Amino acid sequence: MPIEYYIFLSLALFSIGIVGVLTRRNAIVVFMCIELMLNAVNLLLVAFSKMYYAMAVVNNSATTFGTDGQLFVFFIMVVAAAEVSVGLAIIVMMYRNTHSVDINFLNRLKN
Amino acid sequence: MSETFVKILLGFIVLWPFAGFVLNGLGWHGNSKKAIARYACYMVLSSFVASVVIFFAIKSHGAYTVTYFNFLDTGSLKISFSFQADQLSSLFLLIITGVGFLIHVYSAAYMHEEEPKHYARYFAYLNLFIFFMLLLVLGANYVIMFFGWEGVGLCSYLLIGYWFKNNEYNYAARKAFIMNRIGDLGFLLGIFWLISKLATVDYATVFAQAQSLSNFDVTMITLLFFVGAMGKSAQIPLYTWLPDAMAGPTPVSALIHAATMVTAGIYMIARSNVLYSMSEVTMNIVAIVGLVTALFAATIALKQNDIKKVLAYSTVSQLGYMFLGLGVGAYTGAVFHVMTHAFFKALLFLAAGSVIHAMHHEQDIRKMGGLKKYLPITHITFLLGCLAIAGIPPFSGFFSKDEILAAAYAKNPLYWGLGVAGAAMTAFYMFRLYATTFLGSFRGTHDQEHHLKESPSAMTIPLIILALLSVLGGFLGIPEVFAHDSHLLKTFLSPVIATGAGEHLEHGTEYMLMGISVAIAALAVIFAISKYKKTPELGEPAGFGKILSNKWYIDELYDTVIVKPLNVLAGFLKNIIEKSGIDGLVNGVGRLVNYSSRQLRLLQSGQTGSYILFMVLAMIVIIFLWIDDHFIYKFISGLF
Repeated sequence: MPIEYYIFLSLALFSIGIVGVLTRRNAIVVFMCIELMLNAVNLLLVAFSKMYYAMAVVNNSATTFGTDGQLFVFFIMVVAAAEVSVGLAIIVMMYRNTHSVDINFLNRLKN
Repeated sequence: MSETFVKILLGFIVLWPFAGFVLNGLGWHGNSKKAIARYACYMVLSSFVASVVIFFAIKSHGAYTVTYFNFLDTGSLKISFSFQADQLSSLFLLIITGVGFLIHVYSAAYMHEEEPKHYARYFAYLNLFIFFMLLLVLGANYVIMFFGWEGVGLCSYLLIGYWFKNNEYNYAARKAFIMNRIGDLGFLLGIFWLISKLATVDYATVFAQAQSLSNFDVTMITLLFFVGAMGKSAQIPLYTWLPDAMAGPTPVSALIHAATMVTAGIYMIARSNVLYSMSEVTMNIVAIVGLVTALFAATIALKQNDIKKVLAYSTVSQLGYMFLGLGVGAYTGAVFHVMTHAFFKALLFLAAGSVIHAMHHEQDIRKMGGLKKYLPITHITFLLGCLAIAGIPPFSGFFSKDEILAAAYAKNPLYWGLGVAGAAMTAFYMFRLYATTFLGSFRGTHDQEHHLKESPSAMTIPLIILALLSVLGGFLGIPEVFAHDSHLLKTFLSPVIATGAGEHLEHGTEYMLMGISVAIAALAVIFAISKYKKTPELGEPAGFGKILSNKWYIDELYDTVIVKPLNVLAGFLKNIIEKSGIDGLVNGVGRLVNYSSRQLRLLQSGQTGSYILFMVLAMIVIIFLWIDDHFIYKFISGLF
């Protein structure tokens, strides 16, 4: 499959994520949109990794060129998992305090 | 006399008055007035004695130039702090210290009513003045002369404003200072011009290299120097400060504004006679300015009623004669007139001071009259001074004025005619002053009449000495027609002053000129005495006399043409440019920051969503800035 397809899909996912973050007020939805953006990036990394590997292996069958992109994906997944746990904990605490998950409620940073 | 000895002696001549200034000026306020006056007088007397020694040394040996230290050393320009004691400067040394000493002695009595601390201040200023004046005439280059030049201006300012509690006096002091500053700027520019062309300011080098200057340069340099002389020596158009300078104590008027400082301009031109002789244009301008000033000031003096104002305008007028002499090439005549004028004008001022002293600070001659019998010594000395200034032979003014007029005739008979007219006016107003003050009957109050008595000997002795000098001083320069080679001053000054043209008239012509001028002066004297002896002018003058008594409205003219427009301009700058322009700009910057911060702080809404939106927008912008547009173009065009 041509690389463009992956790029388009990734762009679409990332844009959906951004729009979601910007427009939704529900903290959980915002959170999910952030995950969506992370995964769009992951998808891009894997796609390019595969592409470069496929290009390099033609000349040298023993090459590992391009595979480090996939390593990054695993890192991102781990970090995202940790972040999810922290983020969800924050949302839970927020709900306990305010009985709401509306992020616009959290405007105390003002002034 | 050895060079080293002269060097030390010259140093002391200058430093003694300065020491007097330090002693009296910086503390020692506990001194009695007697001690204060004694310090000041002895310092000047020491300088006078040393000056006499120097005078005889120069007479037998010739000029000395001594260098003390390198004052300025920058690349090609080297200015040394050195003194040049030659015939011209030694003559001025004698005048300054001699007349200066007499005036110091006189001041000690004249100022006796002052409090000790003001008395000390007065003598400190007076000594400082002598110091600067000596620096002016002794300097061996134009820069040292300029130091003295500025210094005497400062002392003049300080002494005019000596009674600083009177605001009008302060105003007069300021006027003198500003007028002098205008002239000084010209002098300074002249020095700069000289430096840029010759890279030296030493008299000897400048005069030796003068021939290498172009005609234009010489004319400009001499004209700029003359602007300086106009300010310092009160010539048209910068003369108005001198009559106002009479606000100072009378001895100050005698010393600074008659005998010494105002003749600095004549000294400077006589000193630079090599340069001046090279420029015909400048010489003509000097002569015309001098002549016009002489006539103009004389007309004003005709109608003044303040005893000191008459003398002040007479000084302006006599200075005009000196410039006329310089302008027609009679440098020796001008210097001669400086000398005789120093004697008789100092005498007249001091005698006027004696009158004012006796009259308890009354200066209006309309309230005097008949003082002859109350103040006999003052009367006689004043009369001698008047005869000298009127040019009656054999008094000193006759010889010096005649020499100038003879040279003027040789140059242009018109100059002579106008000069004689001025001399007639001089004789007339001086004897108007004399007759109104000393003849007739007393017109003051009974209280004043009761207290009228001759001044103390500390005042009358200087008067008598100056009167003797005024009578005899002229014999130093007996004209060629009377006796061959008897002009001692000309012989003495010949090494520094090249004998100019126009001094070789036919004997018959010279006798005729002399006869005419003496006859006219004598007629003016007799006319003035007979006119004012019995019926002095008491009322306010009308018609043309009113214009004269208001000094041709020159002060008012300057006020309208220069001072008021400057004030308007200053007001415009203050109210419009400063308030609206500069203040507006400064305050505007402040207001802009204030306003923009007020607007920017609205961005901090506390809404997480908006923060994120800004973050995303900023990222997009950064991405578009970072990635080069060529890449984006290719990427996008590749997509379709």
